[in-house]
Parts: sequence; structure tokens; C-alpha cells
Amino acid sequence: MSKPKLAYYLAGGCGGCDIAVVDLSETLIDVALAVDIVFWAPTVADAKYKDLEAMPDGSIDVGLISGNVRNSEHEHIAHVLRNKCKVLIAFGICATNGGIKGLVNLHTTEELLDKAYINTFSTDNPNKDLPQTSMVLDGKYELTLPSLMYARPLDQVVKVDYYIGGCPPHYEHVKKAFTALLSGQLPPPGSWITMGKAVCEVCGRNPVLQGKPKKFATTVKRTIDGAPTEDGCLLEEGYLCLGPVTQGDCGSKCPAANVPCRGCGGPIPGVKDYSLRAISAIASMLDNEELIEQIPDPVHLFYRYTLPSSFPYKRLKS
Amino acid sequence: MAWEPRLIVIACHWCTYAGADLAGSLRYSYPPTVHIVRVPCSGRVEPEFIAEALMRGADGVFVGGCHFGDCHYKEGNYKAIRRFKLLKKALTDLGVEPDRVQLEWISGSEGKKFAEAMTAFDARIRELGPNPMKGGA
Repeated sequence: MSKPKLAYYLAGGCGGCDIAVVDLSETLIDVALAVDIVFWAPTVADAKYKDLEAMPDGSIDVGLISGNVRNSEHEHIAHVLRNKCKVLIAFGICATNGGIKGLVNLHTTEELLDKAYINTFSTDNPNKDLPQTSMVLDGKYELTLPSLMYARPLDQVVKVDYYIGGCPPHYEHVKKAFTALLSGQLPPPGSWITMGKAVCEVCGRNPVLQGKPKKFATTVKRTIDGAPTEDGCLLEEGYLCLGPVTQGDCGSKCPAANVPCRGCGGPIPGVKDYSLRAISAIASMLDNEELIEQIPDPVHLFYRYTLPSSFPYKRLKS
Repeated sequence: MAWEPRLIVIACHWCTYAGADLAGSLRYSYPPTVHIVRVPCSGRVEPEFIAEALMRGADGVFVGGCHFGDCHYKEGNYKAIRRFKLLKKALTDLGVEPDRVQLEWISGSEGKKFAEAMTAFDARIRELGPNPMKGGA
């Protein structure tokens, strides 16, 4: 039997998910031997789009896409990979829900270009030149750049078979996911590859796991307001931790390092809209409604990784 | 045809729904644009319900519950106001008109208040115009 073929594409992402795959270390050697990597752009393999486009439809067994869809190039390759791959996986929170870079949807393209190329202290751009989608160099070479779009998670562009959350996915989780993929033990299409438990359920700070009662938060704190206690629940102490609604495949690494969960793992099963459920969960944990006023910026807290896939942006921008 | 608002009112079974009933018995009139959904308690209303209604074409969503201390389940309405306040704060920051979603305590004996609240809500949504999130599947 020939080896399963694997393709990997990094769209509007930072490459952190690629690093998570490389973090498999010795396991990566087994994975690399077990599969035939036909395309991995733009990071690992020297692959050309025209070679990918020349492959027959449905000839690749598994395609992974990390990063959100942010420009016309991402959109094009997402469509190409959907046609070529039997199974397409949204890999990492940017591909599944838009990710932290999905927050660009809070601004217009003009605002962002202005900030990036004109109005920054360290920028020297007297002619106010902005990147153009096409230009002719030396009168004969036509150069092109993809055009920007609103950030979208992968499933707003093409059909996605499986979702893997995380920013990036923890390598132990990637290992489990690859093992499941190679052995064919996959959940029904359309589902998340996850153990299905929240961060709280694997968190050493969870009072319920220690047999203690759960208490309401009587203050609201930010991480700059001092360090939390050794083993107390961050939410009880007032640090707005999104552990209750986030998949715990990371093994609750952030709360163990005194940092509240920010929700990169993606929604726990049964949650349709992560940000709204996070709002609901955190509001229910607070002692009284006056504390709501002390949450300075709910949008960047609850929509940090999920803005393009959440209400109202799902509707406004799709 | 001229645009008519479509308003979803999520009413708790024990107070606001009873208030709506009383408004009917007392022959108070309120706008026909109101569509009431009965839930056991305002504490049952997830922000997702409100979002779903707005995404599917409601022009406004009104949540009605019991006054503080009157909740049949003791603290459902306290939970409701915390969730609602945080949701409204986030939606306002995201550019949704805050008045499209409202929360009010209306008891079973306040039929008149229910009719007045509905009339005021309808008038406010007419001022705001159609929901910009409407449309599509």
C-alpha cells in the first residue's frame, strides 16, 4: 500500500502551527516516514503552486491548513486544496475561528495600511507609498501581490472536515491527532479533534477537583495587578480566565504558569459561538453586576481568538 | 411593502409571560410586531439566543424577567442581568446599537407596564431602522 499523501499550507498565520508540528521531535520522524509530504508551503518544503494545481483532484489524502483566509492568494489555495484533498483539516485557532489575527476585522483595510506603512513613528515613507496589487518593473516585468480581504476562518471559504484548535496546538495534542489520522480513528466529519474536556477539567487550580466548593469572583483583576496565589482558581481570584469554555487539549499550561486561559484552544463541544458563551460563563462567575463595569475591554478579551467566527462579525463580514 | 420591525421578546414563564397574559386580559394594546418566546427563567437566556435571533432577522430582542427577589428559582434574574450587561457592553464596542437588545423586569401583575414597554421598544426600533445584520441564510 502506498503511503498516505499529506499537504500543508500556511495561510494568514504566523508559522507557529508549523513549529508545533516540528515540536513533535522524534515522533515527527515516524510521521514523516509514514506519510508522503507532497506539498508544504511556504515553510518546510520547496513546493510550487503550479505543481499543486497540476495534481489530480482527490489525490491527496490529508490536507492541513493553518492560518485564516486574509487575502486572495489564501482563498485561491484553500479552494485548490479542497479539491485535491480527501480530508481537509483546519489546523490551529486561526484556521478554525480566525485567531488573534482575526482582530483585524475591527478595523478597515485603509486604517491598517495607514498604520503599517505611513503613521508609525519608525516609518520613513515621505511619498506615502502603499503596497499595490500589481506593478510593472523596468517596463516589462509584471509583478503582482494578493489583494487583502476581511479575515475569515477556513470554514467560511471551503468545507472543512476536521478542526484542531490551539495557538498553536500543543505538540502532545498534535501527536494524538496525527496518530488518530494515520490509524483512521477519526470522529464523524465536521467535528473537532479534541478530548472534549474543558481547560478547567485538567487544571490543577480547579477547586472542584480538590473537593472544595466553587466561589464567585468578588473582584476583577488584570494580570498586571499582581501574581495570583500558588494553587487557587484564577477565576475566584478575579483573573478572567476562559478555561470553563475552552478545550483543554493543551493540558492547562497557561493557568499552571499563573496566566489566565485566553481561549486559544477553541470552543468545548456543544458551543456554537465561543465568544458569547465565554461572556455567559464569565458573567455567571461574577459576584455582582457592578463588577461588569470593571472589565475594561470585553471585545479583546472574549473575542481574542474568535472574532471572525463569532456574532456579529460572522454576519457582518461574511 | 413598507418595513415593519420584527421583535423577539424572550419572557420568563413566572413573571413577564404572566404580565403579557394580564395585558391581554385587561385589553391593553401593544404593537403586533412583538413575538413572544416563553422560557422558564430569564437566567436560561444565553447570549447565544439573543445573537441567534438577531442573525436570523429579528430587528430587536427584549428579555423580560422577574424583579429582584421575585425569581421563582431565587437567583436566575441576577445571573441574567450580569450576562446581559456584559453582552451589551461587548456588542456596543463591536458597533451594534445598544438599544436593539433590552432587558426589563416585568412582574405578573404589571400588564400595563408590559404593554407600555412593548410600545416603547417598538418605537425605539422603528427609530433605529432595520437590523443591519439581517439577510443571508
